[in-house]
Amino acid sequence: MTNEELIAYLTTSFPQTEVILGSQYVEMTVSEAQYHSVALQLKESKDSSFDYLFCLSGVDYAENMGVICHLESIKHRHAMVLKVRTADRINPSLDTISDIWITAKYHEREIFDLLGIKFNNHTDLRRLFLEDGWGFPLRKDYVDEIRIVER
Amino acid sequence: MSEIREIILNSDRLATDEYLVNMGPQHPSTHGVLRMLVRLEGEKVLNIEPHIGYIHSGIEKMCEAISYPQIIHLTDRMDYLSAHMNNEAVALCVEKALQVEVPDRVNYIRTIMDELSRLASHQLWWCVMGMDLGALTTFFYGLRDREKILDIFEETCGARLTVNYNLPGGVMFDIHPNFQKRVKDFVKYFRTKLPEYDQLLSGNVIFRERTSGIGYLSPADAIEYGVTGPSGRASGFSCDLRKHQPYSAYPLVKFNEILDHRCDTLARYEVRIKEMYESLSIIDQLIDNIPEGEYAVKMKGVIKLPEGEFFQRVETARGEFGVFVISDGKKNPYRVKFRSPGFSNLFALNKMAKGHKIADLVAIMSTLDLVIPDIDR
Amino acid sequence: MAFNIYDFSNLTHTIHVGLQESFSPFMATTLEWVIVGTAYLLFVALFGLLLVYAERKVCAAFQQRLGPMRVGYWGLLQTIADFIKLLMKELIMPRKADRFLYNLAPFIVIIASFLAIAVIPFAPGLQSLDFDIGIFYLTAVSSVGVIGILLAGWSSNNKYSLIGAMRSGAQILSYELSVSLSLLTMIVFAGSMQFSTIVEQQRGAWFIFSGHVPAIIAFIVFLIAGTAETNRGPFDLAEAESELTAGFHTEYSGIKFAFFFLAEYINLFIISAVATTVFLGGWMPLHFGNLESFNHAMDFIPPIVWFFMKVWVVIFIIMWFKWTFPRLRVDQILTLEWKYLLPINLVNILLMALVVLTKFHF
Repeated sequence: MTNEELIAYLTTSFPQTEVILGSQYVEMTVSEAQYHSVALQLKESKDSSFDYLFCLSGVDYAENMGVICHLESIKHRHAMVLKVRTADRINPSLDTISDIWITAKYHEREIFDLLGIKFNNHTDLRRLFLEDGWGFPLRKDYVDEIRIVER
Repeated sequence: MSEIREIILNSDRLATDEYLVNMGPQHPSTHGVLRMLVRLEGEKVLNIEPHIGYIHSGIEKMCEAISYPQIIHLTDRMDYLSAHMNNEAVALCVEKALQVEVPDRVNYIRTIMDELSRLASHQLWWCVMGMDLGALTTFFYGLRDREKILDIFEETCGARLTVNYNLPGGVMFDIHPNFQKRVKDFVKYFRTKLPEYDQLLSGNVIFRERTSGIGYLSPADAIEYGVTGPSGRASGFSCDLRKHQPYSAYPLVKFNEILDHRCDTLARYEVRIKEMYESLSIIDQLIDNIPEGEYAVKMKGVIKLPEGEFFQRVETARGEFGVFVISDGKKNPYRVKFRSPGFSNLFALNKMAKGHKIADLVAIMSTLDLVIPDIDR
Repeated sequence: MAFNIYDFSNLTHTIHVGLQESFSPFMATTLEWVIVGTAYLLFVALFGLLLVYAERKVCAAFQQRLGPMRVGYWGLLQTIADFIKLLMKELIMPRKADRFLYNLAPFIVIIASFLAIAVIPFAPGLQSLDFDIGIFYLTAVSSVGVIGILLAGWSSNNKYSLIGAMRSGAQILSYELSVSLSLLTMIVFAGSMQFSTIVEQQRGAWFIFSGHVPAIIAFIVFLIAGTAETNRGPFDLAEAESELTAGFHTEYSGIKFAFFFLAEYINLFIISAVATTVFLGGWMPLHFGNLESFNHAMDFIPPIVWFFMKVWVVIFIIMWFKWTFPRLRVDQILTLEWKYLLPINLVNILLMALVVLTKFHF
């Protein structure tokens, strides 16, 4: 599907979401509650069949946290971006998508480690790189007087 | 047989039990500081749990404080064997965001350098693969040829491993006058040496016995786990971004995407060997036709990306490398995420090595071609 | 003192008689023990160093490099320097190791090698033990070494060591069978287990020539099984570097590690020496039927030179294996023995018996 077709398809399939064309990919923003079901449908549906999650990034937007999934379909060779934001910033939590794409399991662990977003129903949510009790370095308000030198 | 096993298991004196072995962080076959908690029953591997982070350097956090040209210099500290491709990914991302068209000369140079890096990386992988399987001689054969590539790098870029040759808008300086001649000499030389690799290792009975049928990763699993690069292509997952999302001079060259549907260790090995031939052919097609022109476009002193999100995917020697930049219009990015191939590939290891022997675990890990800083970032 | 490079029995006899005349019988015997012991110790130490040097140079040649070049002329003193370094290293023992067994293990390994080397005939008159059950004794004592390896793996209290030791145990016990059976094939041919008799019988033609097909098969099987028994690549599972860091000797350092190291090379020598003695005529020069002048020319080369020439050829072949082949996996190594080498060997003995019965040999 081309980007235009994809936009048309997504707007009809997911009426409650916001679909725009970003600088490169079609971007779809969903609410926290829809996140898991939309992701599942994106993968399972024959027309979209987004079976390959090639990037999963967590972002700290100053007022809340977000997760951005980059999806690609190996069959149709189209790609899109799925975005979701958490309601809370201090104790953010989202549904896991590791049951949909296995690779998300480890990317979510990384996000949990670096940003502190908790993923509900994640089978193995532990820190990945850092020690327990380190803090969440990718948060914008993270301070580390010893290791980070402000210029 | 099972009766004997029952007796042994139920007896107090001859109890057998599973046990845990820490492979790493200092272990000869982990090629760096990867630690794997391996659960064993005798020689059989029951479960592998990778523990990473020993050289986590917080590159993504560092990137938030520095400018885009500076980010380039951090990326080759991740996958140091594909340093040039990593640099290129950031450069391409910045160019895409600013909608800068780079001269053709730059595209050609970048692509040739890409393929040389890929060759150097695959050569090192081949050396180490042999060594992991206990054939120590391969190491010196591979390094012998890799030296030649590194010498070419040194002459043109001034560095051998972390080349730092790319800039947003082009390359740092023009190629050395000897570059074309030396690359051509190398291609000619390496075409005669590559069959040696097959003679020494690929055709060996022990090697084939050790690798075929080991470490099966089904195509569906490869996609699920996001296993890309030669490892993914050996599972029949067509993921060569040089074909599917061509960048630089890749649209201009003819080459085959090497796919293998055997999905085992031997397939992953052969895909890489064949890729070396493809890389040679790509270099052949480009090296004589490098167009004249500027080696870089003039960029502004301070590069500021427009507000938005930009994603650039390139194919490194290990798989898909992605740069995801969220810019808020300042000279430094708001958030940078590197999608590194090793990270996704590593976690398929458990799936592949379960039920095999310890020796197979080492062989499988070797064909995944892990570079630990690439995983830890 | 009559010294003859072609026959050492005069020399040894003179020393024996001289000692008997000068000292009391008890004293003389004791002194002989000391002399023989020192001679073997010196030989083992020096030949071990030489073998290490040779291995490094051979491996360097295979790998298109020069090997050690800095210490001494062409790096000749490198191994000696390494040995001195090993002597000076601190002995580190894991806290939870079984102290007694941990210290005992390297000695068992090296003593087994010393025991085995005693029956090797180097040249006429240069053999300290000449049993009528020489080969039987050799196979018996060479399997004592595995006890040392098992002890080392067990007592180190390290999982890698344990895996290495268990692999080594399984491997050596299996390949012992092939070594013994291929030697048995040649015993059937020679009709004797005594080394001196076996060598003497090869005066006309070496066994590998006179025994033709079954002897060649036995030789090949012996080389493979011998390589496996010395724990050398491609059968170096017990110390597989990329899998088990260093296998059973992971926790050993300094001189204790040097013992394991030395024992490995002495075992390499023993396997080569046995192959030489049983298949390649020992110290016998190369003779071809009726070529009188050729045979005479060959006789001019002293037996001890012949012996070491042949030993080096076999050692070189075994080193060639190591630096060319990848390592086998533990199940493959056992499959190779039990499914291939053992049946081949059994059939081969039958074949040899037929050859001997029908006198179809040279």
